[in-house]
Amino acid sequence: MSTELVLLAVLMGAATYPSRALPMLVPGIDRLPARARSYLELVGPAILATLAAASIVVVIDAERNPSFHVGIEWLAVAACVVLVAARRGLLVGTVVAALIAALARASGLA
Amino acid sequence: MRQDLPPLTNAGGAAATDQHEATPTEVNASRRRLVLDGLGIIATAGGFGLVYGLAARGAGFSPLETSAMSVIVFAGAAQFAAVGYVLGGFSWLGVVLLTAFLNARHVLYSAALAPYLADRPRPLRAVLAHLLTDEAFALSIAHFRRVGRADLWGYWWAAIVTTFIPWNLATLAGVLIGGQIPDPSRFGLDVIFPAAMAGLAVGLVTGRRELVAAISGAVIGVAVGLAWDPAAGIMAGGLLGPLLGLLVPAGRGAHRREASIDLAATLDAPSPEPDRS
Repeated sequence: MSTELVLLAVLMGAATYPSRALPMLVPGIDRLPARARSYLELVGPAILATLAAASIVVVIDAERNPSFHVGIEWLAVAACVVLVAARRGLLVGTVVAALIAALARASGLA
Repeated sequence: MRQDLPPLTNAGGAAATDQHEATPTEVNASRRRLVLDGLGIIATAGGFGLVYGLAARGAGFSPLETSAMSVIVFAGAAQFAAVGYVLGGFSWLGVVLLTAFLNARHVLYSAALAPYLADRPRPLRAVLAHLLTDEAFALSIAHFRRVGRADLWGYWWAAIVTTFIPWNLATLAGVLIGGQIPDPSRFGLDVIFPAAMAGLAVGLVTGRRELVAAISGAVIGVAVGLAWDPAAGIMAGGLLGPLLGLLVPAGRGAHRREASIDLAATLDAPSPEPDRS
């Protein structure tokens, strides 16, 4: 069994780990000024919304060229957002989103 | 926007956040919420783990190499990209640099979680960091904000049970079984990730600042993603959205904790002692 790419995995892990670990391990993160703490409090909603939007609006091809995408995913994610905002729970929201996408694709609408 | 809650106090401990610290009953309720919220993530990680394993097999990766990627790198986008680039004959240096670029967004996740984890032992934080993914961050930051402090049980659940285990088991199944695996998008599994991220973002919007940060981050992220690369867009949205949010007056909502948890529906029986895990 080939093991050559295990070394590549280690190198890729080494390239990833600092971005995961440095802020957690740097001393004094708990003594940040109030303004910086307020900034960090806003990172969660900002980056989660960014992840969601980028996932359904931006698609990339094999060469990582981005392009604008409009599809059933927009409706599915919007339905999830509405259900969560209406306090139906994230699980219900994600199941409904998946059903919308699956049914639309199965019926040839998307 | 969520309902007002009483002003919050920093109840000591790790979280350098101005948030209410939940009672044991509230912690239990939030954990139950976390478990339910993670079910869709498990399905997504399993579905795309299978696809990754199959793609790696097709590119000539051995089961050991494929699993090493999922255990050591543990970052789906970078792993899928690596399969394509190895197949295309790219240099390892190029693959490693691309990996660093694609995964740079984890800096923001780590920084946002760091104040909550500051009083935990450094070796423990070093382990927690390796398990940090989009999904682990999203589920655990929502949970931490609900309970007003770090809750390691919640982090382990989000990182290991909902992501690490299904991703790695599915990877192994994909590379060993191979053959025809149905496209996960046929079942709508591809929309679960963005839907979950959007839903969790909604849960974190507890005031005008959060709302502005979320919307502006999304707009910036898409714009930069279209102009350059989605990975750069995510970094730009995550960095600049909060800055724009800070420009908005805090108002009365500044110290409201995440209130999307419906305690009336999810309260457990009261526990006699606070859970400090």
